[in-house]
Amino acid sequence: MLTFKLAIRNLIGAGLRTWLNVFVLSLSYVVIIYMNGMLDGWNRQAKTDMIHWDTGQGQLWQKNYDPVDPFTLQNSFGPIPGELNNLVKEGQIAPVLITMASFYPEGRIQSILLKGIPDNQKVLDLPTASMIGDSTEISALVGKRMAQSNRIKVGDLITLRWRDRNGTFDAADVRIAAIFDTNVPTVDAGQIWIPLTRLQKMLQVPGEATLLIRGKSEWPSFNSEGWVSKDLKTLTAEIDQIIKGKSFSSAVMYLILLLLAMLAIFDTQVLSIFRRQREIGTQIALGMTRWQVVKLFTVEGAMHGVLAAILAAIYGIPFLASQSRFGIPMPKATDSMGLAVAEKIFPVYSIGLIIITIVFVLITATIVSYLPARRISKMNPTEAIRGRIQ
Amino acid sequence: MESNKTVIEIRNLVKTFPMGNREFTALNGINLTFTGGEFSGLVGPSGSGKTTLLNIIGTLDSPTEGEALVMRHSVGKLSQKKAAHLRNLKIGFIFQTFNLLPVYSALENVEFPLLLQKMNAASRKKAVMDALDWVGLADKVRSRPAQMSGGECQRVAIARAIVKKPEIVLADEPTANLDAENSHHILQTMVKLNKELGTTFLFATHDEKVIGYLRRIIKLYDGKVSSDEIVTVK
Repeated sequence: MLTFKLAIRNLIGAGLRTWLNVFVLSLSYVVIIYMNGMLDGWNRQAKTDMIHWDTGQGQLWQKNYDPVDPFTLQNSFGPIPGELNNLVKEGQIAPVLITMASFYPEGRIQSILLKGIPDNQKVLDLPTASMIGDSTEISALVGKRMAQSNRIKVGDLITLRWRDRNGTFDAADVRIAAIFDTNVPTVDAGQIWIPLTRLQKMLQVPGEATLLIRGKSEWPSFNSEGWVSKDLKTLTAEIDQIIKGKSFSSAVMYLILLLLAMLAIFDTQVLSIFRRQREIGTQIALGMTRWQVVKLFTVEGAMHGVLAAILAAIYGIPFLASQSRFGIPMPKATDSMGLAVAEKIFPVYSIGLIIITIVFVLITATIVSYLPARRISKMNPTEAIRGRIQ
Repeated sequence: MESNKTVIEIRNLVKTFPMGNREFTALNGINLTFTGGEFSGLVGPSGSGKTTLLNIIGTLDSPTEGEALVMRHSVGKLSQKKAAHLRNLKIGFIFQTFNLLPVYSALENVEFPLLLQKMNAASRKKAVMDALDWVGLADKVRSRPAQMSGGECQRVAIARAIVKKPEIVLADEPTANLDAENSHHILQTMVKLNKELGTTFLFATHDEKVIGYLRRIIKLYDGKVSSDEIVTVK
């Protein structure tokens, strides 16, 4: 208790010197939490967007469908189980039909994935309702990346060529009804979306789909023969793996920031012990043991961490909360650099992150305060009193 | 206070320090005895061993040979913890450069030894105010060392040394950084304390002003006692 009392007295007495150290350390707290919060928010947003735009809450794949093998697409169609029809009509399940096709932007030929999806679906964030229109034309959706790379605009007429179930080639023009903006490239790059019924007709597979995507409602009981269930964990395994990889790099960043903060404390302590040797000698002369002085200097160093946590809370909580609420705008350039980043990232600050950061900083602050303070135990008090130790 | 009882006894004390490959003998065969209530001084030129002897008596250093008994405790045999305890309870220090804790106020500086004794807050406050009153600084309790003159700082240092009512006060060149007026003021305060509280004062000095107040003068030369004389009080 006495050590704490004296440490607080010394810290307050040191005035500006203390507050400068405390401010630098508090910046470390806030920056560590901010950076990790931003990366967590980015990861969480990427996964959430993927669920909202691509995977839904779960999928059923036609047994032949293999997304990494385009040759399977030619015969990955199966009849949509009748038990699911009501949910499909309500838009709670989105059947998706996928085939390989070609289209001809500005006289070139380009392979694409042609996807059919019900225009009334409510499972994915794709603006499929904009495909509802004149039944004489085929309305289509493309993503922003696809539109940019092929100079497609809303209202353009695009020629498509495909092969139906029987292997017969056919072609038609589709009108671009809308261009959607998403940061999920798996529904954008190299893809054109048209109404499901149109594609079923074009491929001559009425009532069939390649995969079924569900929203929040669970699959009802149905005859699942010919369909393979894929749960959310399986569907998001790839992005989970990427997040895991990014966690390592964020841990490296975390350590670098922490090391910088600790270096500041260590340096302050070394300088402080050298500069305050007369004070150390006097404290010993007044009746403190050397180890009491070591303890006092260690607690003083560690108290920087405590005061920094309080200061960080004072200005950090409003700052971090506002970032979390209003988001961090991301520059447009990141998209053109090939990074799928949303316009805004909303940082996520978990209690675990905050507690771990505080505890970690406090423990390391105590250790780096103790290491130079150990020198005091070897000091000759008679030399220290005269300030003669070099 | 243990007036007329032996408080310090030094027998055949030798102190050497390593100096490169050789040994430097700072004290050589010192024999001295101090009784309670003495107002004495170790006098001699720089390098004669005054401060070394004072440090040994103050348990900040230990003899190489011989024995130094302080309050019947053999300095060389004391553990670090016991030596600290003895310094905290029985020995007060006054330094040439005051050695006040720079970030503490006068009150906090004087309070420091009592905090180590874990004295309760009310008794502590009273003792601190009494000590500051003694040295005439009751109105400077909130001042920090940087805000006080040299004389005031030394008076705070005296208050810090006497606040715990020690048996012995060791003063190493206490007036070296003070002008004549302040030096006399400080010395008169010490004489007053010696008379009223019976505290034993032992100085290390070569300042004539201090020597004029001493009632026993021990002259050291090259680490040896060259003379030890009682001064008759006029």
